[in-house]
Amino acid sequence: MKLSRLRRWSGETLVVGIPMVWLLVFFLMPFIIVAKISLAQSAVSIPPYTAMFEWADSRLAVIFDLSSYVWLTEDTLYFDAYVNSIKIAFFSTLICLMIGYPMAYAIARAPAANQPLWLLLVLLPSWTSFLIRIYAWIGLLKNNGLINNFLMWIGIIDDPIQMLHTPFAVYLGIVYAYLPFMILPLYANLVKHDQSLLEAASDLGAKAFTIFTRITLPLSKNGMVAGSMLVFIPVVGEYVIPELLGGNSTVMIGKVLWQEFFNNRDWSVAAALAAIMVAILIIPIMLFHRYEQKTLEEEAQ
Amino acid sequence: MAKASPTAVNTAEKSEVLVKITQVSKTFDTTWAVDDVSLEIKRGEIFALLGASGSGKSTLLRMLAGFERPSQGTILLDGDDITHVPPHKRAINMMFQSYALFPHMTIEQNIAFGLKQDNMPKDEITERVARMLKLVHMHQYARRKPDQLSGGQRQRVALARSLAKQPKLLLLDEPMGALDKKLRTEMQLEVVDILEKVGATCVMVTHDQEEAMTMAYRMAIMDLGKIVQIGTPRDIYESPNSRNTAEFIGSINIFEGRIVDDQESQITIQSPDLDTPIMVGHGVSTSIESKDLIYAIRPEKTMLTTGRPSQHCNWSEGIVDDIAYLGGHSIFYVKLNRTGKIVQCFLANTERRYDAPVWNDRVYVSWDEFAGVVLNS
Amino acid sequence: MRNFSFSRFMFWAGLTFLYLPMFILVIYSFNESRLVTVWAGWSTKWYGELFQDTQIMSAVKRSLEVAFLSATSAVFFGMLSSWAMVRIAKFRGKTLFGGMITAPLVMPDVIIGLSLLLLFVAFTQLTGWPRERGMLTIWIAHTTFGMAYATVVISSRLREMDASIEEAAMDLGAPPLKVFFAITLPLIAPAVVSAWLLAFTLSLDDVVIASFVTGPGATTLPIEVLSSVRRGVSPKINVLASLIIFAVSMVTFTVWYVSRRLEKNRQKAMADDFLIE
Repeated sequence: MKLSRLRRWSGETLVVGIPMVWLLVFFLMPFIIVAKISLAQSAVSIPPYTAMFEWADSRLAVIFDLSSYVWLTEDTLYFDAYVNSIKIAFFSTLICLMIGYPMAYAIARAPAANQPLWLLLVLLPSWTSFLIRIYAWIGLLKNNGLINNFLMWIGIIDDPIQMLHTPFAVYLGIVYAYLPFMILPLYANLVKHDQSLLEAASDLGAKAFTIFTRITLPLSKNGMVAGSMLVFIPVVGEYVIPELLGGNSTVMIGKVLWQEFFNNRDWSVAAALAAIMVAILIIPIMLFHRYEQKTLEEEAQ
Repeated sequence: MAKASPTAVNTAEKSEVLVKITQVSKTFDTTWAVDDVSLEIKRGEIFALLGASGSGKSTLLRMLAGFERPSQGTILLDGDDITHVPPHKRAINMMFQSYALFPHMTIEQNIAFGLKQDNMPKDEITERVARMLKLVHMHQYARRKPDQLSGGQRQRVALARSLAKQPKLLLLDEPMGALDKKLRTEMQLEVVDILEKVGATCVMVTHDQEEAMTMAYRMAIMDLGKIVQIGTPRDIYESPNSRNTAEFIGSINIFEGRIVDDQESQITIQSPDLDTPIMVGHGVSTSIESKDLIYAIRPEKTMLTTGRPSQHCNWSEGIVDDIAYLGGHSIFYVKLNRTGKIVQCFLANTERRYDAPVWNDRVYVSWDEFAGVVLNS
Repeated sequence: MRNFSFSRFMFWAGLTFLYLPMFILVIYSFNESRLVTVWAGWSTKWYGELFQDTQIMSAVKRSLEVAFLSATSAVFFGMLSSWAMVRIAKFRGKTLFGGMITAPLVMPDVIIGLSLLLLFVAFTQLTGWPRERGMLTIWIAHTTFGMAYATVVISSRLREMDASIEEAAMDLGAPPLKVFFAITLPLIAPAVVSAWLLAFTLSLDDVVIASFVTGPGATTLPIEVLSSVRRGVSPKINVLASLIIFAVSMVTFTVWYVSRRLEKNRQKAMADDFLIE
């Protein structure tokens, strides 16, 4: 009897333990190390930062070097970058919501047999390379790119419009890349809406618009939140889009972090930037997790 | 399969008791889902656990199957202690409420699955599976998959699958729950037929009292994790041991009253609802402190007349308040004159056209001295 | 409903918006001229040049290898995590675990990339492993975020599945491991396959994380593409893009078509069965 008890216990422990250990080591620990390195100073050494613990003359000193954080406050560039990133993320999320909601709604209301096909069509682009798709816009938005050439060719404009390396291009790129991420959770939510609810409302005399605002919209709240978080949070830290499509005026924090790390080789500042980014994003991340849980609980009923 | 323990009874004399549940409890955090339950299941009988949801009956069943571990107590199967034996090692099989048929296998493969786990030779498996399918009249659907069958057909397959290994104990979890009423009544009798043919010992869980009474030889009523009463359906129906049990099974009329005359072979009870006192034709042991009692009488044990009865006890006058015509019999709801209490009386419609009382008629409800049961609480 | 036709319009407009750039890219991969601006006629010469570019080709090979391996390990961990989250009601640290398995879904790539790199550097400092960053560290990184996606896909299917089927299998005598392989796995197989494909795609596409955690000589395709693209539009990249679009479309439509056919055949078989009665 004892052996079977032991075996059952160890079976479950392995199933939980193996991924748990992996995540603790390769997901959680890195954050702790980021925090540690942000509290150091860059140095010309391998690795290129000062040590936290110093052992000399039987004294163990723990050094919290806040110079990186101080550095960040000295130049408004960093603060502006955070604010700009949040602003861009916020508005692009909104645009994704405006465009994505009707699209998700259309799919959810289509005949059930066709829905997988429509969904596939929407998701297919996102399975091709993200990088390539952003790259595609370069050719389109350049001053001598396709769009400008076309507009000049049909005579609407005489000189090319500056589209590439502008905030406009960044917004365009973000919406283009992240739209499917907004559509999917919205669709997943909308498709579960009980049609008979809407029919009942209609039977009671409600107009289509009222039904939408009073019933459909509130019920899709979980989907909207999940979709928004899936767009907002990663966009705050986006690097590729501002790098390829943005100009010097669009400063986003992901790009700043990259530059600090790769160009300036300032690991400590990069770590500090990351630490602050995580601190800013912690609440949206927890919100996302909360709404995932809520959706699952609703499904369970 | 559980190995025979050294302390098992001599196989020549098989004990009448197959399952012995001793003081079993199950706690979830702070709730006692099952509270100190002791029960014996006899070999070959069909035993029902009846109760509302939350009564603990399902938890008890799952402990028998091995999906829950008792927090306290022991379970013996044919003399072997199976309390901590995992489900795949028990000689017990269960038919699930949702049938739980394997969707990716044909029904043949479904039934064969359990036999394969025992490493039975292939031709034996084929033979046994065919026999099982014939038993439940599903042999022409052998190659189908579960989603190609109707609800009733799936139930038969589930039953066949749970009997295939000829388990010592068969468990049925709300067997008729997913069927519509007509099919239910049919299947209740058919399932009992099959079980008797195979000689299986069976414990079933249900919230449907009709089902329990139809199918089981003995039953136990559970409430809040405890067993309230055990007995044959007749015992429980005719002699409930408490007001709750009486009200739980079937319909009942309850009168509260006080003993005014206590003799060895008869007692008289005065009730504020009735015109005349209640006379019970047997003695009753009452608690010393209170003379307050409950008198419970089933609707079919009452008589409904338009003329005043000649007896000077066990009757009361009232008005017909409502009638439910149910084809075979009618239920008359009589509002007694004294307190307006509503009493239910059953009247069998033995004649096709017949002058039964109608709404607002003056009627008399009466019964004899052995018709009811005296309860303490 | 008025709303309906508006949303239908938006659907098709949105779809056009999504596909147009890719479509144009494919067309221009056949452009004779190097410049996007000038159309000089149809040519497949850039396709030839791409296949001769050994640097890009070896990056492709490397990317495919890492993607294959990390998708497989991501699915392995994903199955374990899904089981833990869905079938095990309570265990110590479940909330923490739940947070860790969903966070990578939204965490910005630069943070994942930087933090993992710093981890590897610290490891090298303390233990001498890993000696060099490269394919191994990329594999670890991709497995880590891949398993988060795999868990979402697989756990969703696991939840839908009637859990009493597993109990029934155990009741009939199958030990827990046998139950998983004979009953659970066949039923979650489609989810496992899509989880694998998803993790594969994400690995193949990742540029930021790979840039952080890679080492000398171990460039992946996206890294090559990024450095090339920074310098401007390149016809070879157009070709690459077109090939990727073709490949993904082919695979996707094949999978979709096959599953539609299988479903139709099944329904036909069912109908036939009923006719025989």
